[in-house]
Amino acid sequence: MEIDPFIFRLSIFILSIFIGYFVVWSVTPSLHTPLMSVTNAISSVIIVGAIIASFSSLDGINITFSNILGFVAVTLAAINIFGGFLVTQRMLQMYKKKEKKKNK
Amino acid sequence: MSANLSSILFLITGVLFILALRGLSSPETSRMGNFFGITGMILAIVVSILSVNIFFSNLIYFIIALSIGGIIGGIIAFKIPMTAMPQLVAGFHSLVGLAAVLVAISAYYSPDSFGLGAFQSIKTASIIEMGLGVSIGAITFTGSIIAFMKLQGLMSGSPITFPGQHYLNALLGILIISLIGYLIINQSTQIFWMLIIASLLIGFLIIIPIGGADMPVVISMLNSYSGWAAAGIGFTLENTALIITGALVGSSGAILSYIMCKGMNRSFLNVILGGFGTDNSSGNTKKTTEQKPVKSGNAEDAAFLMKNASSVIIVPGYGMAVAQAQHALREMVDKLKKNDVKVSYAIHPVAGRMPGHMNVLLAEANVPYDEVFELDDINNDFANTDVAYVIGANDVTNPAAKTDSKSPIFGMPVLDVEKCKSVLFIKRSMSPGYAGVDNELFYRDNTLMLFADAKKMTEDIVKHLD
Repeated sequence: MEIDPFIFRLSIFILSIFIGYFVVWSVTPSLHTPLMSVTNAISSVIIVGAIIASFSSLDGINITFSNILGFVAVTLAAINIFGGFLVTQRMLQMYKKKEKKKNK
Repeated sequence: MSANLSSILFLITGVLFILALRGLSSPETSRMGNFFGITGMILAIVVSILSVNIFFSNLIYFIIALSIGGIIGGIIAFKIPMTAMPQLVAGFHSLVGLAAVLVAISAYYSPDSFGLGAFQSIKTASIIEMGLGVSIGAITFTGSIIAFMKLQGLMSGSPITFPGQHYLNALLGILIISLIGYLIINQSTQIFWMLIIASLLIGFLIIIPIGGADMPVVISMLNSYSGWAAAGIGFTLENTALIITGALVGSSGAILSYIMCKGMNRSFLNVILGGFGTDNSSGNTKKTTEQKPVKSGNAEDAAFLMKNASSVIIVPGYGMAVAQAQHALREMVDKLKKNDVKVSYAIHPVAGRMPGHMNVLLAEANVPYDEVFELDDINNDFANTDVAYVIGANDVTNPAAKTDSKSPIFGMPVLDVEKCKSVLFIKRSMSPGYAGVDNELFYRDNTLMLFADAKKMTEDIVKHLD
């Protein structure tokens, strides 16, 4: 009997939960705020769905309802991706400056 | 691009995201981690664009959408003050939630482009996954908006409760589950939209009864939801990158919620059911009947005490963020260090409005992270310390949590500031903290109350330290 591909995806999902569990427990508490902003940024990988929606036209001439939803979703996800990664970077830089200062 | 190749590349995206989180285990590796995260995201976007049929007109709109979003995101990231991080993160969560909803609606109306079958005859498994994704996304969206408004001060941070609230929520919950079930039999647009509306409504209703100081739990929980929503959409789109990311973010948010609940010694359910701090506890009524004496002092007294101390522990709380006192604080600490006073910082897990909130503010003020300690690491040091400088924290220092079994905060882990030789407690007035409990620390002989705005008082102390 053939295995439904859904089972494979479910396996990936379950194993990823465990990976997330162990990885996140090892995050130092002082970086919990950057952790939240970076998880927020990576969850915007939902943009892959928004991209499919943006190009879901059949003829390439008429813009469909689904396309418009796709464009809006791309905008929202882009705010998150740029905003999330950049603000994380900004925070992490603040942790760096002091290392340098200390070394002096 | 072939489906197999794109799947493998999406898997690599997932691995890069795991490395991004792994990097956060220490400040040294964290920037490398963020780089992995950005690389993973670029890879995911490029692979998806190469996997769809590109139409010129759509491509133009896509690029415009991406640029607008990118510019807005970039501006926000650079302009946002660090004290506003909690509301920023809440706002960002709402965008992920809304994006998930929009993608699901789009997939519902054009399932052929997503490879899910035809309109209103979508594969059973896909419609269940889609229903779950859209529902969790909608809850994340409205819930995060309420959290954002509470944190931004656009609506009162106090819990909003009404009779029958829990029954209404339970009813809506049952309705949502039944609607998802019903979608399997009948994929009509009415059912689909009813599901979205019910989910939007419950997202709003579950957050309004939760008060301001419980926000660390709420933000972490919404973080978790945004992950599960992404995973739900990932299953619908059969996309490995989304499934892995959703699982990572979902478990990350869940762990943070757990840590925050533990920091308050409350169960997750207790926080979510809300209404904490609204009922008048016995401590509150007692306060009005008997006026206990408190010692209050000024900046000069405080400066004198700290200058002559050999060690000081600073206990920051949400009040420091509100007053934006972190830079003044750093200045004060620099002066103290010049006087050979040993200074360290003690951070309670639930200090502030989001996990790690105080750490970021101190980092912004250039406080070296090796001077900042977590509750368990520093709590034993208070007994050997001369002065505790409590700036904007209240409930997390209340000794009643250890002694008074009737107190609403009994059992909550607290910082043992009362063991210090003297305690300087900055507070604007005698009003009780979030939990509505009187802090018996105020009436202790070794406590000196400094009634002022945290920033102003700290600046005044700096002047007197010269």
